[in-house]
Amino acid sequence: MAKVFVVVALLLSASPGLLAADAGNAEKGKPVFDLWCAPCHARDPRKHPGTVALQVLYKGAKPAALEDRTDLTPELVATFVRTGVSIMPFFRKTEINDEQLADLGAYLSQLKK
Amino acid sequence: MRTPPGLTEADFTRAIAEFKQAIGNEWVYTEDADLDLYRDAYSPLWGEPEEKITAAALAPQSVEEVQAVMKIANAYKVPIYPVSTGRNLGYGGSAPVLSGSVVLDLKRMNRIIEVNEANAFALVEPGVSYFDLYRYIQERGLKLWIDCPDPGWGSVIGNALDHGCGYTVNPYRDHFEAHCGMEVVLANGELVRTGMGALPNSETWQQYRWGYGPWVDGLFGQSNFGVVTKMGVWLYPAPEAYRSANVLVPRYNDIHKLVEITARMMYNGVLNTSTGLQSPMQFTISRDPELRERYERANDDDIRVLDERALSSNTAFWGSQFKFYGPKAIIDASWEYVKQQFAEIEGVRFQEQEYLNFPLTQEQILATQDENFLGIPSLSVFSLGARSNFNPTGSNGHLGFSPVIPMTGTAVLESQKVMAKVLRDMGATTVFNIFPQSYHQRTFVILVGFSVTRDIEANKRNREVYRELVKVAAEHGWAEYRTHTAFMDDCAATYSFNNNALLRLHETLKDAIDPNGIISAGRYGIWPKHLREGRNNG
Repeated sequence: MAKVFVVVALLLSASPGLLAADAGNAEKGKPVFDLWCAPCHARDPRKHPGTVALQVLYKGAKPAALEDRTDLTPELVATFVRTGVSIMPFFRKTEINDEQLADLGAYLSQLKK
Repeated sequence: MRTPPGLTEADFTRAIAEFKQAIGNEWVYTEDADLDLYRDAYSPLWGEPEEKITAAALAPQSVEEVQAVMKIANAYKVPIYPVSTGRNLGYGGSAPVLSGSVVLDLKRMNRIIEVNEANAFALVEPGVSYFDLYRYIQERGLKLWIDCPDPGWGSVIGNALDHGCGYTVNPYRDHFEAHCGMEVVLANGELVRTGMGALPNSETWQQYRWGYGPWVDGLFGQSNFGVVTKMGVWLYPAPEAYRSANVLVPRYNDIHKLVEITARMMYNGVLNTSTGLQSPMQFTISRDPELRERYERANDDDIRVLDERALSSNTAFWGSQFKFYGPKAIIDASWEYVKQQFAEIEGVRFQEQEYLNFPLTQEQILATQDENFLGIPSLSVFSLGARSNFNPTGSNGHLGFSPVIPMTGTAVLESQKVMAKVLRDMGATTVFNIFPQSYHQRTFVILVGFSVTRDIEANKRNREVYRELVKVAAEHGWAEYRTHTAFMDDCAATYSFNNNALLRLHETLKDAIDPNGIISAGRYGIWPKHLREGRNNG
């Protein structure tokens, strides 16, 4: 786990462009999530390997479904979308552009409220 | 700024300026952070000097913009590498074969131009994914199914061009076979429509594929002769019901009858879907060194012992899954007929699986064995490499060696022995089984899967094993139907009849259609004239 966070911290420091995710619109982020993230990360673990992977990784310490998380920040979301992790590949700007990424970050981080 | 091989920085700078003028500054990527997103996330060359990178990326939104890009690229001899959705993971993703090429990213060309319910076809652009087409049909309540590969985020056009396959029925499950009519931009920017599309105002472009004169569509699959900007695809009128079942046979040598009967019913049309052969004894054998040795040697005494083990544990030696789609009365009758045919195998058992009446609710879809069997795109196949209880560390990707073998029990057993020997001799670890699937109508494909890692040495070892598998399979008359970009030369070299006559023909065509050699250099082993001496996939 510690290793994961070190990698994330390094990536963030090396890619300042990824931080431009603070002006997103959460309402517009929901359809981005549904289109690009839900096929792997929807709540029901059946057919959704991203949710299963996080269930196995966190072992209940954190919710397995991204929409149930209260600790996500736009920066963390941007990092995973642009660098990928494990079997999840990164996404090009023709798929999720910077504005959509900011919206997605806003959607997933506002769920904590 | 990165510069493609063979170009001066000054020329490339001028070309980039013209590209920006043609498609807009925003859609020309030259910054490293943006270009890194075009790396192949599942590259077996990751982090090595030979890894394929892109010098720039262009994202046009229309056919006219693609034409403009190609004219500029042709004038400056910029190597261009078109990708549709760029999600061909395991086969190269959005990274080029020739490192330093400029990726032509067609994801923004995502229009579904027509879905015709009465004549069951769609006309789409390359950026349309299986998810997109499925959602379009569902939102409109059209009574049509798509046939999708897994995962479903790939391009309908790109997957067909790469000879991808799905899981429903013929002819839809072979995606190149299910296409009808193309629009193609050539290297000089000229626009061509194939089949009936060559007839101005044609009303049958997506219904009659042959058109008039030589049929050229095949030239644009697994090749580098043009940029396909539209394609027709036949769709499957939504069936009434689906049922699936396993046929289980008890003994080692029953595989011959099992496959023979399966093949006969595929050729006579009773079975028109993909099927997969498995051995319920697989885990028992793989965990027992003595049984494994006997299985790989398989003399008469070994087979007797293996059969005794299977019979004593009441475990079938082989099983094959069959699927039926259509009106209930017909699929029920088909299954009854199939059971009658297999009844000649002593001890055969039939195991009913799913019986589904359509349409399904979302809850019913989640409960299905495999939604891809029902033409419902998903990403569930990533469970193979993602972190799970069976694989607690997960992986960074996968690639598969997938040669085509005859649909006979003898070929299945022989290929298993041959592949197992290569893997054992080289100390290789694989992640998928090597049992055959009938992805295509008259052959099996066996799958040997490898994990892709971020460990350079592990990837190097896997590449050596992969290349040995290519070589040894070819010695037995089996070869890949499709491969990762890192192995395209290796696989092309196996199709070598008469001093590589087919490859030389491809090269002749390449030189005629794309004389400057700007499109997808090296794809499927076809290199332009000026790069032929430099063939090396790293």
